[in-house]
Amino acid sequence: MNKQLAIFLFSIQLPFLLSSQQSDQKAINIIEKIDKNMFSKTQIVTSEMIVYGKRKKRVIRSKGYSMGKENNFTEYLSPEREKGTKMLKLDDRLWIYSPATDRTIQLSGHLLRQSVMGSDLSYEDMMEERKLSEVYDAKIVQEENFNNSPVWIIELTSKVEGLAYFKRTLWIDKNKYVPLKENLYAKSGTLLKTTTFTDIRKIDARWYPMKINYKDMLKDGKGTDFVILDISFDSKIPKEYFSKNILKK
Amino acid sequence: MKLELNLALKNLFGARLRTLLNVLVLSFSFVIIIFLNSIMDGWDQQAQKDSIEWEFGNGHLINEKFDPLDPYTILDGHGKIPEENVGLTPILERQASIYPQGRMISIVLKGISSEQEILKLPTKILKESKEEFPVIIGKRLAESAKLNKGDRVQVRWRDSKGTYDANTLSITEVFDSNVPNIDNGKIWIDINKLWEMTNLENEASYFIVNEQFKNPELSSWDFKSQFTLLKSLKDLINQKKTAQSIVYGLLLAIALLAIFDTQILSIFRRQKEIGTYIALGMTRLRVVRLFTIEGSVYSILALIIGSIYGIPFFIYMSEAGFPIPPADQKMGIALADVIYPVYGVKLVLMTILTVIISATIVSYLPARKIAKLNPVLALKGKKQ
Repeated sequence: MNKQLAIFLFSIQLPFLLSSQQSDQKAINIIEKIDKNMFSKTQIVTSEMIVYGKRKKRVIRSKGYSMGKENNFTEYLSPEREKGTKMLKLDDRLWIYSPATDRTIQLSGHLLRQSVMGSDLSYEDMMEERKLSEVYDAKIVQEENFNNSPVWIIELTSKVEGLAYFKRTLWIDKNKYVPLKENLYAKSGTLLKTTTFTDIRKIDARWYPMKINYKDMLKDGKGTDFVILDISFDSKIPKEYFSKNILKK
Repeated sequence: MKLELNLALKNLFGARLRTLLNVLVLSFSFVIIIFLNSIMDGWDQQAQKDSIEWEFGNGHLINEKFDPLDPYTILDGHGKIPEENVGLTPILERQASIYPQGRMISIVLKGISSEQEILKLPTKILKESKEEFPVIIGKRLAESAKLNKGDRVQVRWRDSKGTYDANTLSITEVFDSNVPNIDNGKIWIDINKLWEMTNLENEASYFIVNEQFKNPELSSWDFKSQFTLLKSLKDLINQKKTAQSIVYGLLLAIALLAIFDTQILSIFRRQKEIGTYIALGMTRLRVVRLFTIEGSVYSILALIIGSIYGIPFFIYMSEAGFPIPPADQKMGIALADVIYPVYGVKLVLMTILTVIISATIVSYLPARKIAKLNPVLALKGKKQ
């Protein structure tokens, strides 16, 4: 389940590719530094996804392996109902294996818009691949204090068609080069989703958010928490973890 | 024959209470069969009328990629409106989410011309409204989403390229229709507004056709006639009728069993009488006929008694109707609050024939034994 985090982080790296004249050079440099701070070739993450309902919450524990931004394999560890469910993402394809039916299905089209395990995240959110720099114009719109940390507020506006979110706003910690918050907007300017990054810790000389909250802003509730229990960077991951055979093992 | 009929009537009236009970039970079956069938026929007529007026029109012309029963086809199941579009009212469907009271509810936005007249939907209100996103919804969605006329609700949808957009819908009217298919999870909006919202100018998922539509052979579009669209409804009602026939079948069986039992008892206890008939020159066949007529007359008397209390009851029900509990109206099929029974000539005649024929058969079966009786022994009153 480190996929959501990995995708988010991977998608805000890539500064060298920022070419638009409309983009703010300083904003590009900031994103580059975030990349250096947080990007690694591989990641192994044990995490908990906490989905808050009206009366109770569900805690889903998983272990995820990712290589680059394209490949990710996640196995759900608990609760019993989800245990053994596996998810494999290779480039723009996504498969889910369910032990209850012993079947693997490839998600495509409309199915990608469904919620992941009842959370505020959709599979499509997780599948987001195109680098922000390739598809958005970036500029620093404000500098302020956010949660007692000085931040830059960077606004990203769509420069190509077909993106899920027309506009994004990022709050970047000036000292740690870590995103603290992200807002996702509709074409009309309505705020749709907010992602909040907290519990920033130093791990292997990197600053890393250990807790992320995803919140659908049109909906009541506390959203979905994503808590990292254990993370390792640049560890060796066998290649078989990124093939379809792993799903039925 | 006249003699047998006279004798039969005398015997029946002589039996008094036994005859009265048999006739009452049989008349009750007769009334119930007509009533239950008339309710089903009333539902059939009402459901077909409502479905045509609110949903089907004269038929649908559906995009080949669109399956009305599969929501996953909404995304790609649409096409450009053909140039020859006489008699076609375009409908565009798009998936969206509304957020009443902070809850997310998946719905289908249905774009329709505000000037259309083929469906009974009050779409003219959409044209008259000064709101930016005026919509109309049915009473079922209004109830489940706790929305009322005049309310505003956040909606999120995607344009043709997949980019999210969001805004506020204004509920300008809550319509009351018996057809849940156009109501549950559906929000109706002017198609021009939906085209603008989604960048799907001149696209439609399907068309409602009227009597002017002449060309069902259009590439990329499949024509479904009114008859085809109504078939699933008719099949469902026929299935219900079959299930219901078990109920009145049992009721009729009880009534017929009473006649059968009476006949068996009569033949057993009236052997001396049977012997006397034969001794006086009646053939066995005539005696069998006498007993069969006795049984059949039960059904005639049942029709008369049934008519005495049944006709006022039928007249009252045709005016008051049969109320349907609110829970049953949420079954997902066209069902009105009150169903008015329809008493067709065919229904009444078929019921009369069924009751008379079945009563005659159950009367005849025990009477066959008479043919095997020894008349001498019968005359002596010896049980055989």
